[in-house]
Amino acid sequence: MSAALVLLWCVAALLAIGFLAIALIRLSATTRVVYMASFVVCATAFTVALTHLIGKATSASTLVLPLGLPWLGANFRLDMLSALFLVVVNLGGAAASLYGLGYGRHETAPARVLPFFPAFLAAMNLVVLADDAYTFLLSWEFMSLSSWALVMSHHREQDNTRAGYIYLVMASFGTLALLLAFGLLASPSGDYGFAMIRAGTPAPWISGLVLGLILLGAGSKAGLVPLHVWLPLAHPAAPSHVSALMSGVMTKVAVYGFIRIVFDLLGPPAWWWSTVVLTLGGATAVLGVLYALMQHDLKRLLAYHTVENIGIIFIGLGLALAFEANGLAAAAALALTAALFHVFNHALFKSLLFFGAGAVLTATGERDMERLGGLIHRMPLTAFAFLAGSVAISALPPLNGFVSEWLTFQAILISPELPQWGLRLLVPAVGAMLALSAALAAACFVKAFGITFLGRCRSPAAERAQEVDRFSLATMFAFVALCLLAGIFPGFIIDAMAPVTQALVGARMPAQAAVPWLSIVPIAEARSSYNGLLVFLFIVSSATFAAVAIHRLASRKVRRAPAWDCGFPDPNPATQYTAGSFAQPIRRVFGPQVFLAREQVSMPPPGDTRPARLRVQLRDLVWDTLYAPIEGFIGLAADWLNVLQFLTIRRYLTLVFVALVALLLVLALWR
Amino acid sequence: MLLVLMLAPLLTGFIRKVKARMLRRRGAPVTQPYRDLLRLLRKEVVLAENASWLFRAAPYLIFAATWVAAALVPTFATGLLFSWSADLIAIVALLGSARFFLALAGLDVGTSFGGIGSSREVMIASLAEPAMIMVVFTIALIAGSTQLSSVASFMMSSEVGLRVSLGLALIALVMVALAENARIPVDNPATHLELTMVHEAMVLEYSGRHLAVIEAASSLKLLLYISLIASVFAPWGLAQAGQGPAAYAFGIAIYAGKLAAGGFLLALFETAIAKMRVFRVPEFLGAALMLALLATLLMFVTRSL
Repeated sequence: MSAALVLLWCVAALLAIGFLAIALIRLSATTRVVYMASFVVCATAFTVALTHLIGKATSASTLVLPLGLPWLGANFRLDMLSALFLVVVNLGGAAASLYGLGYGRHETAPARVLPFFPAFLAAMNLVVLADDAYTFLLSWEFMSLSSWALVMSHHREQDNTRAGYIYLVMASFGTLALLLAFGLLASPSGDYGFAMIRAGTPAPWISGLVLGLILLGAGSKAGLVPLHVWLPLAHPAAPSHVSALMSGVMTKVAVYGFIRIVFDLLGPPAWWWSTVVLTLGGATAVLGVLYALMQHDLKRLLAYHTVENIGIIFIGLGLALAFEANGLAAAAALALTAALFHVFNHALFKSLLFFGAGAVLTATGERDMERLGGLIHRMPLTAFAFLAGSVAISALPPLNGFVSEWLTFQAILISPELPQWGLRLLVPAVGAMLALSAALAAACFVKAFGITFLGRCRSPAAERAQEVDRFSLATMFAFVALCLLAGIFPGFIIDAMAPVTQALVGARMPAQAAVPWLSIVPIAEARSSYNGLLVFLFIVSSATFAAVAIHRLASRKVRRAPAWDCGFPDPNPATQYTAGSFAQPIRRVFGPQVFLAREQVSMPPPGDTRPARLRVQLRDLVWDTLYAPIEGFIGLAADWLNVLQFLTIRRYLTLVFVALVALLLVLALWR
Repeated sequence: MLLVLMLAPLLTGFIRKVKARMLRRRGAPVTQPYRDLLRLLRKEVVLAENASWLFRAAPYLIFAATWVAAALVPTFATGLLFSWSADLIAIVALLGSARFFLALAGLDVGTSFGGIGSSREVMIASLAEPAMIMVVFTIALIAGSTQLSSVASFMMSSEVGLRVSLGLALIALVMVALAENARIPVDNPATHLELTMVHEAMVLEYSGRHLAVIEAASSLKLLLYISLIASVFAPWGLAQAGQGPAAYAFGIAIYAGKLAAGGFLLALFETAIAKMRVFRVPEFLGAALMLALLATLLMFVTRSL
């Protein structure tokens, strides 16, 4: 049996699980059965995809099913790129299923989650496997709709219906853009198979237009600024393991769509494409993290952070485009590897962090950081896992987030070889944005971890928190281990990605497995190298050495006492720093420009016992300048068109007739 | 590795002594920091009641990350044994790890001073780190490498010459170094006045051996930055790998001289200037970021400036 067939059987099995869930929804064991079965199927698919990727199968595995368009059938193909993304999708899917075994028990409305969860996993697998435009778009839309159903599963909660509505509108818009893009790509022959599209070379203006449409379509799903608005609303609204899937995996499927079309189908790139992608990526990275810093809702903070990471991935992709357009294949391979590595990393740590946020939600029922705090005492294991995820996402060595950012920096350092002046001026600015977003990400996660888990409890719910079940903990710790392994043995992952870059840009990074001491060397050792393993060992050994030496030779006595706090300790937990006050210095630096932030202090006159109040007003400029006018225009247009609803039948017939004549006229003139 | 650890408190003591002399005070002897460390190490730790395991582990992690970073910077010789295991970007990121844990430790006990310190520290770092990365870019583009040993060897060769971008990078690096080490005008290492302190506010709850370890880490960081500036911008006298013991001895003597000069200049600068308001710091660091970006841009536009 070919690998593609096995994977399609997995998809069919997932769909069957979905139907099974509908049939058995009244049984209490259904939750366990559904998640267990999804876990097994995802694990199988993961193994198949991984063996295909590592085994370096020489030929892609293809399959045509007699479904879909009659003259085309449903084409499926498993090549290196799809194998890589299937690994990511099914790793995330398996983890979310395992986590769901524990987390799903607290679900209030399992009938709204269980049928759609396996369907969502199946849809993401299908998108990555599809090999013709029809199947691709159908799976894409299936993915959007099944995830929409999951977002709406708690539709009675405040704001969730709005989130679902905005998500639905944006998803339809994105699919429309993709539909038009494929229409343009397939225009000469009318063949929608990817093989035919790949063979054709579209005119430059058509490829430019297609690039714009892809950026709209895949970018809106991935969360590129300014198309990100639905993401921080929809991702937190879903149950936490679904949030992890949407943030960690579905955005990656969107990145897959972008890579598949732009690098594979669209033919040789023009250099100016990269300027668009780089600018969008840089803006997305910085704005995403700034928005994240202003959030007090833990899951929404994580969702905005996804926006930032998508920006980093697109910076890598933009660099790869720039190098490829100029024939610098080795450099393009480096930049593309950096982007793909970050795809993998982000899937790991963002899922981990959403699992952690889900654990906090289970234990306390709170998502608002201002009402949490001190959880490290009550949930030490969750706290440790969340801390590891925070360190990884803040791009701090020796965990994995640093490696992909380091590779991106190395790619930026090669870019003076680019001949175009526009790129030479743009790339350093994008590098500065990348550095800025990395530093702000660290600030953001000091806030997220510090306010949620450290300090004193800010609410009774936080005081009553208890450690979560062992399935959730096992999933989180498995991902912690993967983050560490990917951080200290990055060479193996880079080598696994080599066939992908070989297929897409015609070059690969030098083989890393042979480098002594498991270092990674992007170009040459005299130029740059990094060894996560040694850094990790150095830190561990010197910390242990210091601790042991001090405990042996100096004192080891500990006395517990009230906090010192410069002599003014106050037992009220409200005197601690809150999420809002922690972000205040950064808000003051960046806020006036980015958010038009305004702070108002209303101080009662002396002798008055009313509390003083500080009001902070932030405006979302993207929403105000882009979406609010569109919303207003649609409202206005609806008002005008409203007249049409109250006509006589005579007028309606006239309208139909006029429309028919007009269409015929257009057709006559066109021919 | 041990050399930097032994020298770091001496440098701190030397700077304090010079500062005191400039203020017409006699000042504590230069060995005072060693005595402070020993005294702190011998004392018991007074731990706040709700301090978690993170609060107790953080000092060692901070110390380890800083020490590893400091050990990767060439001091008196190039061609360190493990210099290839982490380049300049990784050194910056290691210091970032140390700061991450320090800021978390400041939040752990849940006091208002810890919070004020952490929130200001991350604000300062969010501008200082990109500026530092841009400086690294400039240096890497000039030397064609991000490996500190290769950079230092390249800077010793005659192909460098005077460059505008190097000058800009030096100014930016000095500004970043002042901010990162909590020196005047960004922060005052000698104050406990609540409205002005940043670094001291975060470590307010620490005592005994924990405090000693954190103090050692901050001395190490200061030494690291001075060595970094020296090895990149004044690499004269660095012993090359494979030279005889005479070259090494000469390198050590020159290195001590460089440290003394750096410490003296820092003390001179600190006595001559006043501390800024906290919200002037972003402008100061923004200037550093812009200078460093300008240097990088120059390098991207033309390789000869």
